[in-house]
Amino acid sequence: MTLTARRALPLGMYAVTVAAVLLASPTLAQQSSKQHGREIAAEADRRDRGWGDNASVMRMILRNRNGDESVRELRRQVLETNEEGAGDKSLLTFDAPRDVAGTSLLSHTKILEPDDQWLFLPALARVKRISSANKSGPFVGSEFAYEDLASQEIDKYEYRFMREETCGDLACFVVERLPRYEHSGYTKQVVWWDKDEYRIQRIDFYDRKDSLLKTLAYDGYQRYLERYWRPDRMTMENHQNGKSTELVFAEWTFANGLPEGDLTPSRLRRAR
Amino acid sequence: MTLPRTVGAQEIRGSAFLETRLFPWSPAFADQRDAAISPSVGLEPEFIWERDAGSIRFLVKPFLRWDAHDDDRTHADLREAGVLYLANDWTLFAGAGKVFWGKTEAHHLVDIINQTDSVEDIDTEDKLGQPMINLTLERDWGAVDLFFLPYFRERTHPGERARLRGAFPVLENAVYASGAGRWHPDFAVRWSYFTNSLDLAVSAFRGTSREPFLVPVTTQDGHALQAVYEIIDQVSIDTQWTAGATLWKLEALTRGGHGDRFLAAVAGVEHTLFGIGPGPADLGLLVELMLDGRDETAPFTPFDNDVFFGARWAFNDTADSAILGGPVIDYETGELFAFLEAERRFSDRWIVALETRWFTHTNATAPVHGLRRDDFVSLRLSRYF
Repeated sequence: MTLTARRALPLGMYAVTVAAVLLASPTLAQQSSKQHGREIAAEADRRDRGWGDNASVMRMILRNRNGDESVRELRRQVLETNEEGAGDKSLLTFDAPRDVAGTSLLSHTKILEPDDQWLFLPALARVKRISSANKSGPFVGSEFAYEDLASQEIDKYEYRFMREETCGDLACFVVERLPRYEHSGYTKQVVWWDKDEYRIQRIDFYDRKDSLLKTLAYDGYQRYLERYWRPDRMTMENHQNGKSTELVFAEWTFANGLPEGDLTPSRLRRAR
Repeated sequence: MTLPRTVGAQEIRGSAFLETRLFPWSPAFADQRDAAISPSVGLEPEFIWERDAGSIRFLVKPFLRWDAHDDDRTHADLREAGVLYLANDWTLFAGAGKVFWGKTEAHHLVDIINQTDSVEDIDTEDKLGQPMINLTLERDWGAVDLFFLPYFRERTHPGERARLRGAFPVLENAVYASGAGRWHPDFAVRWSYFTNSLDLAVSAFRGTSREPFLVPVTTQDGHALQAVYEIIDQVSIDTQWTAGATLWKLEALTRGGHGDRFLAAVAGVEHTLFGIGPGPADLGLLVELMLDGRDETAPFTPFDNDVFFGARWAFNDTADSAILGGPVIDYETGELFAFLEAERRFSDRWIVALETRWFTHTNATAPVHGLRRDDFVSLRLSRYF
């Protein structure tokens, strides 16, 4: 049953069907909440397909408990991949802090296997394959873990639909997702997708002890190429250490014709 | 919607630094300057100019150092200066460039394109700009690099009165085995390939050895060393297997032209314990084994039967604080060399770096013995712009 088909059912009938199913078999209800959750994620994924590649600049503002700030500036290029079992390819290059200007991280994202990652260190002109087993580790001292910034492929998680509720001015689906890949720092994430455009509005992250660790809020969504929604700002708040990281995006461009050959380790040494 | 970097993007970046070396011991040789504190200042700017949506890039990266105590360490170099053309599946670079080959950490065995700027540091990681034409072809079966290296740069050596020069100073003028001298045309080719877990490169080089053979000579001023550069050919592999948090590394080469053909290898493993301790710190543990089959007819290497035990502590804080260190032990002679490097950022533009190098248990017959009293601590403050 597709999501649209279910929506087409008269509401009353839908409620009756659900109630009947719930009464008849709790495992079936579980099955259906899993399926419903996954369908929402799949619909969000379907709506964000076909952009080819994009580029943006990011300003990352790290704040500690006392409000002290530290800023990183990065440029990002992402190439959408349609290969089976493979996720997107991305290149991140630092502009600030100035001592790491030119330092670049190339990622070939996988679904369940570890990602391939190479680091370019301009001072040594060295490209170094690095371990990607530190998915839960902090990205450049921020409150974002590597896994928070990696491409969000559907099969990385198992889903469970929880409820619908209002989120700000919007109505949202609330879905729990459980990481299926190794080395995740989370037992689960709770995701709010708005019902209008299937954009993520908020994610709660639960640590390995299953207590609330971080909340990520998305603001200022803008539409590019009349189709693809991207936020102007993502704010990650760590509830356990009182630190936060704000990610501000600018200069989004889509379908730039980025060749796949630009995202190889041998081309990485030409990053600047 | 703005299109970034369409035409004529320009950038200036780099650093200026203040550095001081502290030598706790008096020098081993009477003609060396006996100064416990040896300061210097330096500048390393980088100018980048892009045209045509970034497909043509001009870059100039000079380096300048003024050293209070060593005229030979007071020097300037063009680390990089040239033009790069980036096409979809090939790139062409012409000018002075910098190229690194290798996988291991303690000893960069197969790295050969650039000459070492050894007045900078003894770790062979500072390099002189190498004039070259480098064509890179990107194919499904890997990347191929072709190098034409028309001009040779001599290795720098500390001056007569400097610390870390060894028992004898190296004479100014080098001798070449080839009649073409420093204009001998050198060639290199490299094929590199990667899969899910494997990075592999096979390289070949023919030309002037970057390592000089240091021949003892007697001059009016006493004993000295004469640098002799021979023509060599070298075939090497460098590879890394990435298995989760463990990296398995191997570099190996065969070289002819330095006496009898010989084999040399470095094999190592690096394992990282992520998120250990109270904070989000990572601890990397390294072991590398170095073997070298060369005899006395080849330039001396300290890495003949050695093992390196290292540890890298990354704090993963906003200051990017990190510490790396460990001993390199010759398991045949018991010679021990140890180093420790630490750095952190202050505010957004300052970096403080501390380095120490210790030559403990040097063998009296080895050239490294000349450094036995040159243990030092170096403190560097850099301002980035």
